[in-house]
Amino acid sequence: MTAPRDVLLKGGRLLDPSLNLDGIGDLLVRDGKIESAGGTIGTPDGATVIDCAGQVVSPGFIDVHCHLREPGREDVETILSGARAAAAGGFTAVCAMPNTDPVTDNQAAVGFVLKQGRAANAARVYPIGAISIGQKGERLAEFGEMVGAGAVAVSDDGKPVVSAHLMRTALEYARTFGIPVADHCEEPTLAAGGDMNEGFVSARLGLKGIPAEAEEIMAIRDILLARLTGGHVHLCHMSTKGSVELIRWGKERGIPVTAEACPHHLSLTEEEVDGYNTNAKMNPPLRSLADVEAVQQAVKDGTIDVIATDHAPHHNDDKQREFNDAPNGIIGLETALAVNITWLVQSKIISLATLIDRMACAPARIFGLPGGTLRRGALADITVFDPALAWTVDPAAFLTKGRNTPYGGKTLFGRVGCTLVDGRVVYQRMG
Amino acid sequence: MTAPLGKDLLGLEYLSAEQITMILDTAEPLREISERAIKKVPTLRGATVVNLFFEASTRTRISFEFAEKRMSADTVNVATASSSVSKGETLVDTAKNLEAMRIDMVVIRHASSGAARFLAERIESNVINAGDGTHEHPTQGLLDLLTLRQRFGTLAGKRICICGDVLHSRVARSNIWGLTKLGAEVAVCGPRSLLPNAIEDFGVQVFERIEQAIEWADALNVLRLQLERMTAGYIPSLREYNRVFGVTRERLDRAPRDLLILHPGPMNRGVEIDSEVADGPHSVILDQVTNGVAVRMAVLYLLAGNTPALADAAKGGDR
Amino acid sequence: MPTASTIVLNARALERTVARMADEIVERADGTDGLVLVGIQRRGVQLADRLATVIHSREQVSVPRGSLDITLYRDDLQTVGPRPIVGKTELPWEIDGKTVCIVDDVLYTGRTIRAALDELADFGRPARIMLAVLIDRGGRELPIHADVVGRLIDVPRGGRVDVGVMELDGRDEVTLAITADAE
Repeated sequence: MTAPRDVLLKGGRLLDPSLNLDGIGDLLVRDGKIESAGGTIGTPDGATVIDCAGQVVSPGFIDVHCHLREPGREDVETILSGARAAAAGGFTAVCAMPNTDPVTDNQAAVGFVLKQGRAANAARVYPIGAISIGQKGERLAEFGEMVGAGAVAVSDDGKPVVSAHLMRTALEYARTFGIPVADHCEEPTLAAGGDMNEGFVSARLGLKGIPAEAEEIMAIRDILLARLTGGHVHLCHMSTKGSVELIRWGKERGIPVTAEACPHHLSLTEEEVDGYNTNAKMNPPLRSLADVEAVQQAVKDGTIDVIATDHAPHHNDDKQREFNDAPNGIIGLETALAVNITWLVQSKIISLATLIDRMACAPARIFGLPGGTLRRGALADITVFDPALAWTVDPAAFLTKGRNTPYGGKTLFGRVGCTLVDGRVVYQRMG
Repeated sequence: MTAPLGKDLLGLEYLSAEQITMILDTAEPLREISERAIKKVPTLRGATVVNLFFEASTRTRISFEFAEKRMSADTVNVATASSSVSKGETLVDTAKNLEAMRIDMVVIRHASSGAARFLAERIESNVINAGDGTHEHPTQGLLDLLTLRQRFGTLAGKRICICGDVLHSRVARSNIWGLTKLGAEVAVCGPRSLLPNAIEDFGVQVFERIEQAIEWADALNVLRLQLERMTAGYIPSLREYNRVFGVTRERLDRAPRDLLILHPGPMNRGVEIDSEVADGPHSVILDQVTNGVAVRMAVLYLLAGNTPALADAAKGGDR
Repeated sequence: MPTASTIVLNARALERTVARMADEIVERADGTDGLVLVGIQRRGVQLADRLATVIHSREQVSVPRGSLDITLYRDDLQTVGPRPIVGKTELPWEIDGKTVCIVDDVLYTGRTIRAALDELADFGRPARIMLAVLIDRGGRELPIHADVVGRLIDVPRGGRVDVGVMELDGRDEVTLAITADAE
């Protein structure tokens, strides 16, 4: 195998909060690593030159929470289509949740996800193993073997870990392997049968509400268990004002808790459900404006460490039905950057540098993954995007197989130009 | 004057006060038809109406069927016992199949909130919501409005209290929208476990105790309490419900004025309402049933006329 | 477009016309026994009332009156959509075996009368049905003719006949409005 050609990213705005780097300059990639970043770099012989004028060159985005549906629902998404969609969205790595069929709860299953991910030759795919066998919430899965095979975290996402005892044990046991335990916070008896956020909109539409407290009760339980065990708990898709207050409380006390929020919870409110829009149905549900604003502030002050997509493709036939029969979840890989720029950066809630931290640097840091920096010698996982480019979302044009997005037809700002993984261009936008 | 209500009747939330008043004004003269020896007018001759009931219902279906037949429509009843859990053909497939048989209107009752709208967005026929989940039951709301208007003359400033399981009641929602739009003061009364958390946002008062509601109101609309609410843990027992929230003769005797009593049926006598009250002089429960047919005739009439399948060369007019 | 309006009947002419129509109705019905007047909503009802008043002054007999709203019997629902139901249908007595005189303001295509005949048939079987109209403007689309006519007028293309009655319009008057044809 011949050495890959050098890649020279020319004249972009190099932006990496992990290095306090922000300036126009060139970036050279050699042998899949970042050779140098900054200043003017002469074009080496045979190098591929990509003109990045007017674009931002940032560490590649890492999504710590997505659903790629393989194995089990390859009609809805495959690791291949998901990894390509990720690359198109500027993600150089994604973490695949284990709620597939069968569940990723053993080393062979973890190995399968990794193998499919490598074959995709797009964004890196890191498997997340299940906390419990079959995600049944009963017996711990073999964390050690799964981590040995390549799992980067454990989670029963899609379902909460109902048993506090099981959660405690998982946090304790995960310490040996240095992996986070990611929990889907939902008190099941409070949330049972719920279709959307509990409030005036749910009352008007006659849909069963899920109170914010269903999430918050589990969030504080997990934080307290992290305090008890010293294990790293990672709270998935935090969506309420109360949750971020509880996380803030935990962090102030040095409890090992990290948390993520999703682009949709940072941009849309429960009003989006009006008209029984199943593309606005997800779990946790879209919340009130006060919640959205509180979570936005938590992203700003770092209470929320990372923004993760919770990309959840569903078949159109499944989404096109009565609201309470439609499945939860929306796709997000190809809209995350633009939604975040449109609602967070353009509205001056956070800077572009902070956004890059929450989408690239922090995910690498808290999940212990390579990448997330433009430091010399680091993996050349790089995202190049135009933060000002306006585009109209056309779900039919997505690389994901899913079409279930609430952003269809909306005009958003910020679009990926190209994505490099291991110094190779895995996505380049045409036109 | 084409389609004054639009294509469908999905809920009273989506109608203006003028549209609601138009339906009531149309229903008034239509009541006379049911008093004739030949209880039929040829208005909807040639129109096919499908009563698509995914939930068991006797009263509403019969009332619609009478209304359709008295307007000379051809009716087909499709009772699909499938709940939202037992899936067979999807709702949209069922509807498309019916439409392929060239129908003009669908009256739908379904356990899922939003099902009527879902259907309306996908077929050309007029869709009438005969109750969707816990969302709305607009024709019930309209017949309640008509009944109250007949007794009160106007609804403006009248005090109506909706009593019972508002949380799960589509009748309650349609009543709240309709009554507030027509200028009535609306309150709800029931255990907090059976009221939506955000109930005040509807612009209604809340009474914790039925005695307060009775003291305040000009009319009570007493909702049916489903037995399932007890098994699902919303209330401890039907017996206690009756003791604390039941509309009883003793409680009404202490009211400062005579109250009209409405109930959408079917009644649980001895639970939310006592027989003495249900059959008493201030009960308008049977008027509601009579008005139900008239209101549904009015809705059928006002929705008709924009059905492309039925359009024919009939022309002309006088003058 | 310019519209020219001419008065066909003023208040006094209308009064005279109604009086003559009342006499003709009684004559053709062989007296007032079994005679009932049924006005078509709207304006036909007021005309029926006036005919009854005249008959009462001549014969000292109160002829029973009723009203028909034929909206629900129209044949143009699918083309023009639902029209508001403005009036009541009230036939508070048996019409079986009676001589029913339908009263309307203007007879044009005949479709209103067709609808009225259908509606009457749903109430019973009169021995005989007559038709009295204030204005017959021609232009029939159905084989229907009036037994008693107040005034026969030939209305050119684009013409419209408007009947005003004091009770609804604040004046008694029949006008013919002709809009100049754009052709």
